[in-house]
Amino acid sequence: MERGNYLLRKIAFSATTLVVVLIFNFFLFRVLPGDPVRLLIHSPRMTRESQERIRAQFGLDRPVWLDVDSLREGDLVGALDSQFSAYVRNLLRGNLGISFASRRDVSEMLTERVWRTAVLVLGGEALAIVLGVSVGLVAAWRRGSRLDTAVLLWGLFSWALPTFFLGIILLILARGHLPVGGMATPGLRPQDGMTYWIDVAKHLILPTITMAVVYTSDYMLIMRSSVLEVLAEDYILTAKAKGLSTFRILRDHALKNAMLPMVTKIALALGYTVGGAIQVETVFSWPGIGRLMYEAVQKRDYPVLQGSFLLLAVAVIAANLLADMLYSVLDPRVRAD
Amino acid sequence: MGPVRQFVRKPMGIIGTVMLVTVVLVAIFAPWIAPYDPDEHVTVTPDDVLAPPDADHLLGRDDAGKDVLSQLIYGARVSLIVGFTASFMSMFIGTGVGLVAGYYGGRVGNSLMRVVDFLMVIPDLPLMLVIIAVMGRGLLNIILVIGLLGWTYAARLVRSQVLSVKERQFVLRARSLGASSLRIIVRHIFPQVLPIIIAQAVLDISVTILYESTLAFLGLGDPTLVSWGMMLNFAFERAISRQAWWFLLPPGVAIVWISLSLVLIGNTLDEIVNPRLRTHHLFDPRRMVALVIGTRPPAEADTTRQ
Repeated sequence: MERGNYLLRKIAFSATTLVVVLIFNFFLFRVLPGDPVRLLIHSPRMTRESQERIRAQFGLDRPVWLDVDSLREGDLVGALDSQFSAYVRNLLRGNLGISFASRRDVSEMLTERVWRTAVLVLGGEALAIVLGVSVGLVAAWRRGSRLDTAVLLWGLFSWALPTFFLGIILLILARGHLPVGGMATPGLRPQDGMTYWIDVAKHLILPTITMAVVYTSDYMLIMRSSVLEVLAEDYILTAKAKGLSTFRILRDHALKNAMLPMVTKIALALGYTVGGAIQVETVFSWPGIGRLMYEAVQKRDYPVLQGSFLLLAVAVIAANLLADMLYSVLDPRVRAD
Repeated sequence: MGPVRQFVRKPMGIIGTVMLVTVVLVAIFAPWIAPYDPDEHVTVTPDDVLAPPDADHLLGRDDAGKDVLSQLIYGARVSLIVGFTASFMSMFIGTGVGLVAGYYGGRVGNSLMRVVDFLMVIPDLPLMLVIIAVMGRGLLNIILVIGLLGWTYAARLVRSQVLSVKERQFVLRARSLGASSLRIIVRHIFPQVLPIIIAQAVLDISVTILYESTLAFLGLGDPTLVSWGMMLNFAFERAISRQAWWFLLPPGVAIVWISLSLVLIGNTLDEIVNPRLRTHHLFDPRRMVALVIGTRPPAEADTTRQ
């Protein structure tokens, strides 16, 4: 019962967050001067009628938020027929508008690119979690040793190192040995089968390493402090008194208990990881959502920016909800506090 | 031992302070140190574009034929101004929210913490990107966006501290003497939390500076000012194929330098004000003894004696 309650609250929180993001995303881009139709169609030669027709098609002839006149007449459905509800309706149909720069459907551009970013983020995250957790565990066990000091110093240094600059350095170092830009060697196409995919994998190496290096040090430090707390608990002393080997204490007692807070932190860190992906994709011209956002910023391509932000926000909110659910399975102690 | 004496004994804190002071001095005296004025119009010949370092231009020239070193020196100003003002803003908001949420708890505290949770879930960098892309990339906008979005961690930290401080004897005594809530928060709780806020603020400045340079690298720096992130943006777009390392590396190293200095100071302060367990159950017993007595572990002590 309590777990059900906990999950309901988490789902309610995610839903509220999503609604706030939708409202924010809608209004932020209404701040722009001029209306979207004017920005989309620069030609002054288009007739007034066609302009009005396009405006009606996007619901721009309706009031922004609520139709107060209809509300006064008691027409609730009519009152809700606003630009905002048109925006939500379009979203539900998967319509995110048209790119100013390429005139392409934004949702089409995003679907084409989303898996590229997903591969990069998941690959980098997986590497970082495995490395960070194991190094953090050993560093905490060997607290005060040379390894521990090295881990701490590296953690502080990489905190100060911007992701994009690390990417640039790796790019300079690896030039000539590994592909440093794009997704595949020009000329190769998916139809080429294995050769193409091996080539893509090679292009992924540097971006993934950059992501992994940055996030390993974060997880390493979080894991280190988490393990330090666990190792000071009395059940560790009990395990030691029972004569368990250090390896078994670390594996069965320290690792498992220290991993619990890590689950939440990894999910929260996903927000930063997405920010890292924007930088890494920009440096290595990896054609995912991040690179798309960078290009959209340069071209002031607002529909693309709006759509990309929404997609990333939804992904991170969903990942957090997933982590909360996972947490309640892993740790039966969670309560709706 | 007083906190200042503790700080002076830690090499990382001293190194960080020296590193920070150099940047602050460079920023203040930029017009006197910089060999050229970055705003002056220069007549450029094709040879000047991305010219390598020489006696007149110690770090060479950029893609517009301007002196890299002078821009690097002026760039310190942007980083420091954004870092200090935006962090002050976020620490101010975060402390306020944390104090109120921690002290009052209940419905007020919970709803404030829901706002914190909400902001923590939204990915920061994409959010800053869209806001600045829409609102314009002036310095003030950049400071406001970073400052208004970056207070969540401070709020959480302060709240958790307040929760434990408010149960302590002196707070209960003050309350039983009839002190108002405001007085208890300002005179009794805030001073207890302040050291941790200061340590956090120093770390926060480094985060702010990194955000500013990342935004500038992504093309959202104030176009009227030279900043390190923007130099890297230009260098990355135009100098990387020409192998112009003198334009590419210095701004990056400068960003690492300033943020590392703050991280070193902040981490040292944090160690002083927020002491943690120094030992655990799987600790090497010899090391444990050494920690308690305050000497080096026996094995190392032996080798030095010889």
